[in-house]
Amino acid sequence: MRDLELDLDAFEGPFDLLLTLVLKEQLEPAEIDIASIVVAFVEHLATREAIDLDACGEFLVLIAALLEIKARQLFPEEGAELAELEPEEAAEELARRLAEYRRMKEAAVWLRERLALERDRYFRLGPAPLAPRAERRLAPQEPALLAAALAGLAVPPPKVSLSHMALRFPPVAQFLERFRAVLRRRRVFDFDSEVRGFPRIEQAVAFLALLELHKTGEVALAQVSPFAPIRVSRTASERSTAWTVRSA
Amino acid sequence: MDRPLRLISTDSIVGNPIDAVARTIEALLVVASQPLSVEDLAAAADDELERVETALGLVRERHAEGRSGIVLERVSGGYAFRAAREAAEACGRLFERPVERGLSQAALETLAIVAYLGPVSRPEIARIRGVAADSTVAALVERGLVAEAGRENAPGGAVRYRVTPLFERVFGLDTLAELPRLDDLGADADAIRDRLLAVAEARAS
Repeated sequence: MRDLELDLDAFEGPFDLLLTLVLKEQLEPAEIDIASIVVAFVEHLATREAIDLDACGEFLVLIAALLEIKARQLFPEEGAELAELEPEEAAEELARRLAEYRRMKEAAVWLRERLALERDRYFRLGPAPLAPRAERRLAPQEPALLAAALAGLAVPPPKVSLSHMALRFPPVAQFLERFRAVLRRRRVFDFDSEVRGFPRIEQAVAFLALLELHKTGEVALAQVSPFAPIRVSRTASERSTAWTVRSA
Repeated sequence: MDRPLRLISTDSIVGNPIDAVARTIEALLVVASQPLSVEDLAAAADDELERVETALGLVRERHAEGRSGIVLERVSGGYAFRAAREAAEACGRLFERPVERGLSQAALETLAIVAYLGPVSRPEIARIRGVAADSTVAALVERGLVAEAGRENAPGGAVRYRVTPLFERVFGLDTLAELPRLDDLGADADAIRDRLLAVAEARAS
């Protein structure tokens, strides 16, 4: 923070030196643009990745002190300056300042008159700027129309639907029923040919159903080799249950 | 008799070496967008200063108000072509004068201070005028009438400003010395002091 480099109208150098010069009364606080210092500090902060709170606090204290010094100098105690002078000296000082300003005002008048005299001197000035073209004026507008146009823009946009992205799982029970029905008709079936043509999701759910049936002991599973068709067959106990049901 | 008949003999002009220099000067000035000093012209024409000055006299004669639409003028320490004053109205229809358009009273006072006291810093200008000079100076810099001229000597010194050659050109000045003497302008400090004292005595009595 103390290494903050400043480039002001009245001063160029580190913030530290500026403070020193002000405290030693070698630099007029009134000439310092404090807003520029604050801007420089904020820019300085923006280049840092992490904010150093200690440095910020220190800066706040220092800049506040500088502001106070400047404010006190800009609004000195009434008459303090002139009170130190004898009336004649004060009048002299005031007259000197007024005369200086008066001369500059007169010089400004001379410049203005000179400008009027030289009005008809045209000369090349880099590329000659073209005279401004007449401005195209808009027809009078209805405020209500503008409001209506703005109102159209102010409406919240429709919510984007994500429904097409959701995964829809068919219930496992659906396949349980389906496989049980197949097994009632046939003793053995091929899982792969049974689910062929179904979407991947449904094939996965069908496989879960198959595992469920295996867990409850309703089916026996056999596979010749990895990735070979899975053969599903009724288990003996299932068969006996079926028998009892049928015989009943 | 074997030479073709000419209504105007150009021999005396074309054959005159000074006239050749004059033509070169015309060419240089018509290309330049800022005044050229005699030294600039002599260097570019690769000729002696004296001959260039003589040739400039010839060019000035040829390009004088009432004789030519292009007028040679001495300005800002050099020579430049400008439009004849009689063509000002026509020029005004096509071209703007953005540099001096709408110069405010504050701008003119600031310009006067910079012209007379320059190089001068913004705080000094503010002290004389009694109000901050920042925006006024910035506007004058933007117009190109005023430019930075280093800093005050003290460490961290304030930027100082001076008027530019463009200022001299816009105001038709050869040098800043052509500005009227400050003593000739305005009331004397003495006169003001006497008035102040008179007021003070009147109040005291």
